[in-house]
Amino acid sequence: MSQLKLSLSGISKSFPGVIALNQVSLELHSGQVTALIGENGAGKSTLVKVLTGIYQPDSGSISIDNELVELPTPHSAFEKGITAIHQETVLFDELSVAENIFLGHAPRTRFRTIDWRKMHAKARVLLHDIGAAHINSELPLKELGIANKHLVAVARAMSIEAEIVILDEPTASLSHKEIEDLFDLIRLLKKEGKAILFISHKFDEIYQIADRFSVFRDGEMVGEGELKNTSQQDIVRLMVGRSVDQIFPKRKIAIGPPVLAVANLSHPTEFDDISFELGKGEILGFYGLVGAGRSEVMQALFGITRTASGTITLDGTAIKPKSPADAIKAGIVYVPEERGKQGVVMDLPVFQNVSLPSLHKTSKNGFLVLAREFALTRKYTRRMDLRASSLSQNTGTLSGGNQQKIVIAKWLATQPRVIILDEPTKGIDIGSKAAVHEFMGDLVDQGLSVIMVSSELPEILGMSDRIVVMRDGKIVVIHKNDGTLSAETLVKTAANISLDAA
Amino acid sequence: MSRLLKNREIWLLLVIGALVVATTLRAPGFAQPANLLDIFNNTSILMILALGQMAVIITRSIDLSMATNLALSGMIVALTNAAFPDIPVPFLMVLATFCGLVMGAFNGILVWKLGIPAIVVTLGTLTIFRGLIFVIAGGSWVNADKFSTDFVQYTRIEFLGLPLLSWYAITIAVMFFVLMTRTPMGRAIYAIGVNPTASTYAGINVGRTTFVAFCISGMLAGFSGYLWVSRYVIGSVEVANGYELTIIAACVIGGISIAGGVGTVGSALLGALFLGVINSALPVINISPFWQMAISGAAIILAVILNARGQKQKGRLILKKGNTQ
Repeated sequence: MSQLKLSLSGISKSFPGVIALNQVSLELHSGQVTALIGENGAGKSTLVKVLTGIYQPDSGSISIDNELVELPTPHSAFEKGITAIHQETVLFDELSVAENIFLGHAPRTRFRTIDWRKMHAKARVLLHDIGAAHINSELPLKELGIANKHLVAVARAMSIEAEIVILDEPTASLSHKEIEDLFDLIRLLKKEGKAILFISHKFDEIYQIADRFSVFRDGEMVGEGELKNTSQQDIVRLMVGRSVDQIFPKRKIAIGPPVLAVANLSHPTEFDDISFELGKGEILGFYGLVGAGRSEVMQALFGITRTASGTITLDGTAIKPKSPADAIKAGIVYVPEERGKQGVVMDLPVFQNVSLPSLHKTSKNGFLVLAREFALTRKYTRRMDLRASSLSQNTGTLSGGNQQKIVIAKWLATQPRVIILDEPTKGIDIGSKAAVHEFMGDLVDQGLSVIMVSSELPEILGMSDRIVVMRDGKIVVIHKNDGTLSAETLVKTAANISLDAA
Repeated sequence: MSRLLKNREIWLLLVIGALVVATTLRAPGFAQPANLLDIFNNTSILMILALGQMAVIITRSIDLSMATNLALSGMIVALTNAAFPDIPVPFLMVLATFCGLVMGAFNGILVWKLGIPAIVVTLGTLTIFRGLIFVIAGGSWVNADKFSTDFVQYTRIEFLGLPLLSWYAITIAVMFFVLMTRTPMGRAIYAIGVNPTASTYAGINVGRTTFVAFCISGMLAGFSGYLWVSRYVIGSVEVANGYELTIIAACVIGGISIAGGVGTVGSALLGALFLGVINSALPVINISPFWQMAISGAAIILAVILNARGQKQKGRLILKKGNTQ
């Protein structure tokens, strides 16, 4: 029954400064669900993009039904019967359900115009087959909920007779009942002999639906096999699987009195009852799965998200940041996760990026003083060891690591009290990573307090004094990172796997 | 990037030069300094308006109401002057600017506080302002004989060989240049145009900055209202009808990206000047004025194509950099 449908071997893909996939292999079998497991940045999404023809691998081969194939474009992947259903499904809100299902391969009349009647009839049959007869094929897609949109995406997959279906974190925004329905559907697809790749962070789901697994770590495939012979503990070990005592230059610094105190901070939909204290000179790590609400909490501290209730106290004074400008003035700064979109203003030169929040300080009588801007930029970029040909260089032409240094330099120039780093080393090269880590040590040495949101276990364990673990918008536990805390424990608390099973 | 833009300004200057030379071949005397200064003077109002429009376009918005703002402000000062000829003209200039500011602020508030797209807001106010002219003027004209001598002369008096009108444009261009390149507000206007999200994260109030850009365009449109009425010595409902598109055309030809974030003072001025030269050249060489529109249209499309090509080259540059690292 389990026939090899698709196999990847020796697939590598690198981007400037980063190796995203290193000689990975993967097998998908007809009528089976293979779970793809790995931390953030393990290379899962790169692999999906290779499979759907968006990225071209640097080396390696892909074969379907034991025949070598190439997937130079998304369209060719589509023709080979590969389809992906994404977290936020990529469909067209303004088009009808039937149009979404048949976009690009709609039934035609004799005159090559679209045969609407036939299209809707076929759509109804497809929807009925997947147990979604309740969806009216003429409704515009935007009137459906996420779960029903998934059903439409599945119907589309069936309509193009896809043999290989990739489900990329499809359950992220579904309710319990909807997840059950989706799983029924996956079972149906299995029965039809489709080969399914299921990507999820949630162990209970993986065990419920998948037959096989494949674990990725740092762009490499580190283990695969049958799920029924493997315990959750084994998989966690594979995911983490490296010694944490790597290169992190964590310095021992006496932690002073609390600088920032957050009490019962709540948001109507994103997070609830968040309370913690941050000491002077402390690095407080925030760990959790994607969607645990960590970034949302940080954005509330930075005045981007409005909170519903709760208090923020900085140096003994209650603050209510209503905008980033408020937070910056109070002394809280935020290095966002999406560097390109939120961190640097790409087309502006380096010095303008660094001086942007400090212009009131470098200006004189309301006029910019370029000399002061350059002096400020030089001072802080030198501290960050920025590698740029000149301070007038366009920021967009620098590497990710150097852009990150600019973001940090920009904030240091405002002389903050608390600096929040959201995934500070995501997608940057090893050298810059080390520079950022070393610099965090410098920061706390000078009496700053640091909050670091990170999904990278070595980083969070190597750098933090204490670690806050969040799950589903709430703080689960605050660990003291005294050397006895293991990566396994962290992953298990974040993913809600019982600890005593080890 | 900035070098590319500079190249673009030089390039525009060359095209304008070539136009002048070509026209001179057919009509000797076109390149006479006096005539060139005349062209400059004739383009002054357009240059001022293009600068205001540029501030708005850089913030990723657009101000379609500039021409009717100009017409309404112009009508207000025209009526005031006709009714109270003793009010000094500098006061009327301030009044026109203030009227423009109020209208610009109205646009800006709607864009900022209600989050309505600028193109929709200003399309609405364009019609409202034009309607208000009817209301306050009762549909009638203010004719040349109604204006005081000062009112008419304050754009015509010559100073160092140039009429005051030209000096206004030069002064505003210098002030505007300082504003855009030497003040935190100018920096913020560029920053939110390039990347509003990152600018928000850097503590810039994107909505307020856009509002200020609309205030600037409103003020310049209002001041131009006085200039226009004084220059053409008429206040009517039809003043500057359809001129908003000429203003935007000047910006686009100058290479100011409708996508926001890109554009220099020099390029806006040259874009306006390009249209000014075409306007003066075509009648001289006996080409029907109807061709003017076709030629400006072609120039717009050409400018957009060049912009697109410029951006593509930028992309390749980044890739090359990335690969060599």
